[in-house]
Parts: sequence; C-alpha cells; structure tokens
Amino acid sequence: MDVISLSAFDLSLAALLVLMLAFTSFRIGLGLEKRLVISGMRMTAQLLLIGIVLKYLFANANFFFVVFMSFCMLAIAGYEVWARQKRKLRGRTGYLISTGSMLVSSFVVAFLALTIMVGVDPWYTPQYAIPLLGMLLGNTMNGVALASDRLTTGMYNQRGMVEQRLLLGQDWQEASGDIRRDCMRTGMIPIINSMAAAGVVSLPGMMTGQILGGSSPLDAVKYQILIMFLIAAGTGFGVVTAIWLISRRLFDDRQRLVLDCLVSPKAD
Amino acid sequence: MDGLSLVNLSFLGNGPYELTIQSGECVGLTGKSGVGKTQLLRAVADVIAHGGDCLLDGTSCQLMPPPEWRKIVAMVPAESFWWCDSVGAHFDLQDEHENPIDLLEKLDFSSDVMNWQISRLSTGERQRLALVRSLITRPKVLLLDEPTASLDIKMVYVVEEILAERSSRYNTACIWVSHDLEQLSRVAERVFRLEPDGLVKEDL
Repeated sequence: MDVISLSAFDLSLAALLVLMLAFTSFRIGLGLEKRLVISGMRMTAQLLLIGIVLKYLFANANFFFVVFMSFCMLAIAGYEVWARQKRKLRGRTGYLISTGSMLVSSFVVAFLALTIMVGVDPWYTPQYAIPLLGMLLGNTMNGVALASDRLTTGMYNQRGMVEQRLLLGQDWQEASGDIRRDCMRTGMIPIINSMAAAGVVSLPGMMTGQILGGSSPLDAVKYQILIMFLIAAGTGFGVVTAIWLISRRLFDDRQRLVLDCLVSPKAD
Repeated sequence: MDGLSLVNLSFLGNGPYELTIQSGECVGLTGKSGVGKTQLLRAVADVIAHGGDCLLDGTSCQLMPPPEWRKIVAMVPAESFWWCDSVGAHFDLQDEHENPIDLLEKLDFSSDVMNWQISRLSTGERQRLALVRSLITRPKVLLLDEPTASLDIKMVYVVEEILAERSSRYNTACIWVSHDLEQLSRVAERVFRLEPDGLVKEDL
C-alpha cells in the first residue's frame, strides 16, 4: 500500500487551524499569536528543507554526507539546549558540555543500534541512521535541557543551603547531591512516563508513521520498542553526563561554590 | 605554633589582614554593615576565593582537603540553612562526635527536639540548633557570625556561657562577629574594628 500523498491544499487547511488558534490567542490577550505563527512557519520551512536534503542524501548514501549531517544536527541540538537555559555557564563551556553529553549518549547509542541491533549494511545507510539519530537527539536534547536548566537555577537559588553544607564539612558531591539527583530525575521522568503510557494512552509518532507508510503493525511495534529503549538509555546517560560536567564546573578546586561562572539572565 | 593565623589575607578587594588568635582565645570583630565581616569569616572557612593564607597550628589551609579544614575551622553563619524535614537529620551523630543532649538541654530544648519539623522552628530556635550542630564535632576554631542576634536576653547569656566554657575546656579559638560592643567586651579578650584595608584595635 502506498502512502496517500498530501497536497499543498491539505496542509494549508491544517495551517488554517493554527491561524485560528493564533486569532483566538489575540482575542483573549494571550500574547502568543506572534510566536505561534513564527514557529509554525519555522517548522514548515525547516521540514521542507530537511525533506529536500534527505531526498538527496538517500539517493547518494555517502559516508561523509551522513557524518556531516549528523554533526550539524548535534551542533543545533547543543545550541538549543544552551539557549533554553535561564542561567548559562559563561563562555563556550556551557555549549561544549551540552553538545558533549549528547555526543557521548546519542551517538554511541545510535551507533550500537545501527551496527548490532538493526544490523543494516552499511551501518550508515541514511534511511536508518538519520531518522534514528534524529529521534535520539530530539529526546536527549529535551532531557539534557530540562536537567541543566534546573541544575543551574537550583544551585543559584539554593546557594545558601549548599554553602551551609560545605561549611559543615561536607564535600561538594554530598553538598550538591540532593539538587543533582533532583535534576537527573527531572530529565529522565518524561521518557519514563512515555514508556509507561506507550500503546495504552499514546501511539508514538514513529510507529504511527510506519503504519501509515504501510508496514505491518507488528514490525512497527518492534521498531518502536527498540527506539523507546534507545531513547531511554540515551536520555538517561546524556542527563547524567551533563549534570556531572556542569556541577563539576560550579565548584572550584577548593570545593567552593562559584556562581560567577553563570551568566545572569537578562531582566524581562 | 598554636592557634589560628591570618597571613596577608585579602578577598573581594579588601585587606590585607593580619591576625593571630591563640588556642582558647576569643577575638571580637565589629565594623560597619557591609564592610566585609561575614566575608572575612567565609574567607577563613575557605568558601570564597581569597589571597594570602590561613594557618591552623602552623599548617596552611591549602595543605588540607577543604571538607577537613571546614570541619576543624567551623563557621556558624548568621542565617542557618536546613535541607531535610526533621531536625535530627542535620546532626552528624557519629560515635566520635559529642552527644548533643547536654547542649540541647542547656539551650532549653526538650529531649524530643530531634524529631521536630524544621518548618515549625522559630528564628531563635534555628540559631540555637545551628550552633549545637556545629559544636558537636568539636572544631578547633569557631567563626561565629552574630551568634545571638535572634535570641532573647536570657538565652544570649546562656550561649555566651556555653561558648566560654567550651573554649576553656577544649581550647577552641574563636572569632566572634557582632555589632554589640558590650557583648564583645564580655566574651572577647581583644576586639578589632574591621576596615576595608586592615584591622583597628578597639579600646574597651
């Protein structure tokens, strides 16, 4: 069964719904109309662009193209994580930490999946590699962004408590332990929840796509299970790495809490 | 050499400060609000970056792991912080540490205080409990930041008495920060006024 192709008119109808929502937002003074329209347009442009890129990539399964594309995705994900934080680490460190933690988690997990579990030949076949990495990065990005943001704001807001614990002779790991664990939980809860709800409450997007594309539901489900496990592992290890690296930066070699390495948020 | 020495200590653009406190001696520290009294204590406890050095019995702070230094040179901040729900969870009740029962009793707490909820404590109760929390590990140096600021006059005297008794029994050196010169003349052998560029001896 072939997928029914969508026409530009079909998409415009769906876009009309968002325009109606924007109008509602304007009428009830939500102030979200501009952002709704702009992100809607961004999404359309980005996806159309990636469609063209992927079409080209699939036609020329070149190793270097795939790697280049992967690193572009990683760089953008790292920027998104960095941009979403209220109190950022000063300088390039913050960006390098978020990118680095996604690199070790998402890339390693994606590589394992491609070589061992899916076992596609060659392992960088773009039809498999790019969507897999994209789903991993997207989810890891959310987890890492949530957890990092919570860590830096938490340390800032609870600096008195952390310093009190240092004064009582606790080392930096113990003094910041509660906050760090809390942040890791925050980063991992969404994927744990979506594993729990998968199939019962929600039909995950990838599976839905595969079924629409004509795969048998059982094949689609098996891929979804694989992806869920990969995302959980990738997000979890990414969050743990990011929290460790950031909290290490927040204490100096004499185990003092140094918050001047955080940039104060601009006043709104 | 016994006691605490601040050698060329500077922090946040203040200093340098020179001060030597013998074991068992209490030095009072006063000065205008915002001149850096609390920051000086924080520098000595090594929780803020500083120039110069602090020595305890001749050993530099740099040569000790920070948690160990802060256990021996214990600062009791003016505002205490509590991170667990119950009082007892904040006390490091190891065998080698002192049992807090005597101190708590002297400070007018009943025996079930360890089960109290932190959220129900008054400011004065917090201040007294924070003091006990730092005393039971028997630090060699106490850095007290307005330790009686939220206490009623009866409790002020009790705290002064407890600290005096302990400093003679355990030979604790002490820096006592306060705006109350009368109190400092009671508790301290020497009193200094902190200025941005040095310490000035106060005649009492």
